[in-house]
Amino acid sequence: MDSPGIIVAFWLLSGITVLSALLVFVARNLLHALAFLVLSFLGMAGLFMTLSADFIAVAQILIYAGSISVLMVFAVMLTPLASRNNGNSLYVIPALMGGAGIAGLVGAVAMETDWAEHSGEALKAADFPSTVPVIGDLLLGRYVLAFEIASVLLFIALLGAILLVHERPEDERSAGQQGEAQ
Amino acid sequence: MPPIPAIDELSVTLAHYLIVSGVIFGIGVVIALAKRNAVAVLMGVELMLNAVNLTLLAFSRFSSAFPAGEEPLTGHAFVVFVLTVAAAEAAIALALAVLVYRRRETVDLDRVNLLRW
Repeated sequence: MDSPGIIVAFWLLSGITVLSALLVFVARNLLHALAFLVLSFLGMAGLFMTLSADFIAVAQILIYAGSISVLMVFAVMLTPLASRNNGNSLYVIPALMGGAGIAGLVGAVAMETDWAEHSGEALKAADFPSTVPVIGDLLLGRYVLAFEIASVLLFIALLGAILLVHERPEDERSAGQQGEAQ
Repeated sequence: MPPIPAIDELSVTLAHYLIVSGVIFGIGVVIALAKRNAVAVLMGVELMLNAVNLTLLAFSRFSSAFPAGEEPLTGHAFVVFVLTVAAAEAAIALALAVLVYRRRETVDLDRVNLLRW
């Protein structure tokens, strides 16, 4: 059994999250869709807090609602001509069927399965003040190899992103020569 | 504070979180498949990753299947890795969108059809 605050917070936050995720699909303007996406990320961070995942909730706000959304705003601004349109392609009906099928399947499995649940005894028994030290121990202990690989992956991905959008000097030089010739 | 009996039956369980995350994953699938703009497709992918994070955290909170000596927050560590990969994926995908726009003056995925037979 939960305290009434947790129940109210769960229904309110899941309503906000699902509704704004739907509005990302419905919105006509891509920037409005982006604003609703940020709202959905914030609602999801609140849901993480109801799961007593404080560090992940703060990281969600910082990474998703902060930096990834700013990155998306940059991408929208850097592609000015066609970018305001949030239209649908020809595959709306199959996509809707697929999405409804996945949601229904997950919902049916979640309802039917007899999960071996507890109500927080294991977390209480572990007796730590916040989740941060335990996550740090896990990342630098059992999962240290994955941690190092993740850091290399992030480095290579950011380097690759810079390299991809980098204007090569020979292109600029040839463009300049064309400009001089004209 | 003693629990109120009427509220007690409304208790939030693992199934509630799984249904919410399934619905958000479905919405993400619809957005990723049905949108024409490459940035909008990326928004759908991010929603799907978020739904998976919610599932991992819900299992980490509610599951009682911890072997002896197992840390109870393994799901949180997995979510940290998912966040890392999501950030890398977003950077690469947005760089690709900018690159495609520079070459073809559009990010409409229906019109980027150079490899079509």
